[in-house]
Amino acid sequence: MHDFTPWSALIGGAMIGLAASLLLVGAGRVAGVSGIFAAALFGERDERPWRLAFLGGLCAVGLACAWLFPGVVSASPRPVYLLAVAGLFVGFGTQMGEGCTSGHGVCGVSRLSGRSLVATALFVASGVVTATLVRLLGVGQ
Amino acid sequence: MIRMVQSAQGKSTLLALAAGALFGAGLAVSGMTQPAKVLGFLDVGGRWDASLLFVMFGAIGVHYWAYRIIVGWRSPWFAQHFGLPTRHDIDARLCLGAVLFGVGWGLGGFCPGPAFVALAAGGTGVSVFVAAMLFGMWMAQPLLGVKSTGAKQALLSQQAPYP
Repeated sequence: MHDFTPWSALIGGAMIGLAASLLLVGAGRVAGVSGIFAAALFGERDERPWRLAFLGGLCAVGLACAWLFPGVVSASPRPVYLLAVAGLFVGFGTQMGEGCTSGHGVCGVSRLSGRSLVATALFVASGVVTATLVRLLGVGQ
Repeated sequence: MIRMVQSAQGKSTLLALAAGALFGAGLAVSGMTQPAKVLGFLDVGGRWDASLLFVMFGAIGVHYWAYRIIVGWRSPWFAQHFGLPTRHDIDARLCLGAVLFGVGWGLGGFCPGPAFVALAAGGTGVSVFVAAMLFGMWMAQPLLGVKSTGAKQALLSQQAPYP
């Protein structure tokens, strides 16, 4: 079990908001990770460089953490077969709903977009139901 | 190399790299790169961990104001115009897609951002997750007729600044 860490959560959250603002002010784009990834693979070719660079920035942090601060990035407690199912749902769902926690949850909610407010309420609700059910049913224990 | 950095595309690429790194650092600092902590929020039984809520407060608190300032500008630094979503309709596809994404999030404790940070740090579980996510996105392309253009070809400068 993890402890409630409000201060580091707020500071890290502010950094996320700042990063989204930086991408908006510099490139004029929404920092939605699922959209950036999918469009880097299936989208316009001339837009590929900045999308790959953004994902590269995320990955650079992962490398730095693994090297300097092991423990900051940890594995999921869920078994691998459940993570495979999870990945399918996340991949398909973010394409169908056109966004994830970053695109809808952070950027869209900040813009007070009706679509993003609805999407965020729905994915948090279904996430809560799913995570709670997985524990109650003892799946993957 | 220098010519690449001097071009507008080179500049926006470098800026995206910096934004991605700052985004990832924020995820790491906030503890969102630990799926157990994310699940501690989503699993409402037992010892509930409200940290994720505070991550959202921090992120939205900053971006809400930054958006309102930035969007009044004529154009971004290194691009012709802002590319922001313009749709306002709430349809079944948006709702069902969001619910499906939430199911995946609750199953694994990973959403796309933290998954990329964790992928670079290594591990079997996250590698399987990202591969499956890629497959899910690939399946969605023809089935949904999704066009992953990211920005929805919107020129925000031609619109009212507030949604």
